[in-house]
Amino acid sequence: MNQSKTDTKEMNIRVGLFVSCIVDVLYPQVGLAAARLLADQGVEVVFPENQTCCGQPTFNAGHQKESYTLAANFLDIFAPLLERRDISAIVIPSGSCAAMIKHSYATLIEKYPSEKQARQYAIVSENTYEFSEYLVDILGVELSPRDSLYERLTYHPCCHLMRDLQIDRQPRQLLEAITNNNLLPLTEAETCCGFGGLFSLWNDEISVEMGLRKAKHLKASGADLVVVNDVGCMTHLNGILIKQGHTCRAVHIAELLEESETK
Amino acid sequence: MTINIDAPYKSRIREALSDSGTRKAVDRAMGELAQRRERAVNAIDNETMRTESHEIREHAIRNLPGLLVELETNLTRNGCEVHWARTGNEANDILKTIARTRKIKTAIKSKSMVTEEIHLNTSLEEIGVKVVETDLGEYILQLADEPPSHIVAPVIHKGAEDISELLQNELGMEPTLDPSIMCDAARKELRKHFLSADMGISGCNFAIAETGTICIITNEGNGRMVSSLPPVYVVIAGIEKVVPRVEDAILLWQAATRNATGQDASVYFSMTSGPKKPNHADGPKEVHVILVDNARTNVIKKGYADALMCIRCGACMDVCPVYREIGGHAYGKTAYPGPIGSILTPLMNENINIGKDLPFASSLCGACKDACPVKIDLPKLLLELRNDLSKEKITSPFQRFLVKCFAWISKKPSRYKKATKIAGLTRKFSKESTQVFSKLPGPLNRWTRSRALQKPSNKTFKETWKDSKADFQVLKSPPSQK
Repeated sequence: MNQSKTDTKEMNIRVGLFVSCIVDVLYPQVGLAAARLLADQGVEVVFPENQTCCGQPTFNAGHQKESYTLAANFLDIFAPLLERRDISAIVIPSGSCAAMIKHSYATLIEKYPSEKQARQYAIVSENTYEFSEYLVDILGVELSPRDSLYERLTYHPCCHLMRDLQIDRQPRQLLEAITNNNLLPLTEAETCCGFGGLFSLWNDEISVEMGLRKAKHLKASGADLVVVNDVGCMTHLNGILIKQGHTCRAVHIAELLEESETK
Repeated sequence: MTINIDAPYKSRIREALSDSGTRKAVDRAMGELAQRRERAVNAIDNETMRTESHEIREHAIRNLPGLLVELETNLTRNGCEVHWARTGNEANDILKTIARTRKIKTAIKSKSMVTEEIHLNTSLEEIGVKVVETDLGEYILQLADEPPSHIVAPVIHKGAEDISELLQNELGMEPTLDPSIMCDAARKELRKHFLSADMGISGCNFAIAETGTICIITNEGNGRMVSSLPPVYVVIAGIEKVVPRVEDAILLWQAATRNATGQDASVYFSMTSGPKKPNHADGPKEVHVILVDNARTNVIKKGYADALMCIRCGACMDVCPVYREIGGHAYGKTAYPGPIGSILTPLMNENINIGKDLPFASSLCGACKDACPVKIDLPKLLLELRNDLSKEKITSPFQRFLVKCFAWISKKPSRYKKATKIAGLTRKFSKESTQVFSKLPGPLNRWTRSRALQKPSNKTFKETWKDSKADFQVLKSPPSQK
């Protein structure tokens, strides 16, 4: 990835990376790919090592008090870095975690008011970006269409990314480039895959039926890779695809972009 | 096959998911409905309509007491009799008194969700009044003795074959799958009731405060006949139905119709401002309006006033991927399925246990929020309800325990680090040579019985980062151009 509108390499940009708990435990390669791609753009990646979970699982499970504690931790870790201008942004390879931090933290701050956290939240929410959004909107990365590297690639817009953060153009732009504008269409692409965090366990039967519907459309699309921006949805989709004996696999956008560099 | 709406949540879901016939009917109908809706809302400036509709409904709910008094004053001035009912039972008692004193034998009804909510039919039948549903879908359900499964398309769970068979058995119709013939068979039967009924009953889409006018949206003309043919017309209206001005009702009519059925406008929009006047050709001699609270003020008190902005268009269920899989009956004994129902049912039931699982029956995908014509933030309300239910310890103890464990672990980086290490060890215990677990014990089997699960990585990201940090420091300086 070597084309960027602004010459970020001269600007000494430093960002804080939040990888999310699922990437930390299940998919370290996704976090590494995101870090490498950012570094490729001349961005220095800072990884605060005391980060844990943003609080999304507990928040969605209906435990706002517990989520508040986790949110407070997150704010204590990242807000001072932004305030001291040690970093200019927080970059997250997950749409749902970014949405949690940017939007749902507001609910928590409202419920447990504290001046300090309100201030921390203000600077954090303003400077938190989902990974593909940061690449395209902030770094101005523009990939020119290359000879078809991937012929059978499709895209599933994850719900929180598309609806909560309204990010859709950015990942598609990157993917259209590496498919030479041949990203395969996906029927009912905007329908939820059925993951939904703990929903996938408490309501596993419904979750699986939704996943099977997505798998059916994936099969019909002819794609052998479906790109997502959230490892939760990726885990669920791959779980279904493997169990169903489909050959199509879900892949995180950072991992795919990194791989496309070497292709 | 109809699922048992009184069964516990999990068995309702299982029953619904295993009923392939119903699922096919729901899936096909929802797909078509969603497409029609999409066309109708894209034909206009939907965002402006949503914003204005939201403002109208928000204003109304925030100013209910004043608007309701204004409504009562103007309805009374128009010659209507206004009754107030705190509960569904009170509303039914008022209606029964009206029916008894006027020796009512048959009542014809247009489709109304509030009457489903308060079980009006059963109550009237107790005193020997025959109630005939006149909306085609509701009529079919009455013949089949089934509850509606969708607030706009009540019979959406039935295929044409089921309906044909029912009409053959109940009305002696010749075998056919032609909808117009089926419609005719029902119409012939219904016509008798239209002409002989001594009471008409309807719900209310909008009650206009400034003029004292009741509005109902229908497509089959049955609503017009219910409100104008019988000598007594009774309106059952939830107190949240009030809107300040005529223009408000007109805009909301459009918002409701485009979203409910994908029409630019419904075939009928019936406005009743009181009984027949001496110079009128026809109309009811008496008009009664029963304004029902039935836990609506509780919904406000509990902090969920936004849910009362709902104009019952059904768009949230039409776009809901969960509703699409399970259909309306899986939501249990409630008039309101789908996302809005998952909020209203537990809040409006005295026994919160009845709907306690519903707020969790959502992947929080947000499709409902995007579709809602009055901009109700449904996922946010669902999350608030989840929080209330956990706080009141109504959720399962095991669920609360797991979530609290997760939070306790994640609260402290050192604890979290140990836990992620332990998670990594599970990889070593697995006999499977693949990258995934295909079978896990205990609650995790809920995942693996239908899905493989990615194994934890040998090393966490944190560990990997420590090892590879050197690489990244090199990358601090601009890399050479490739």
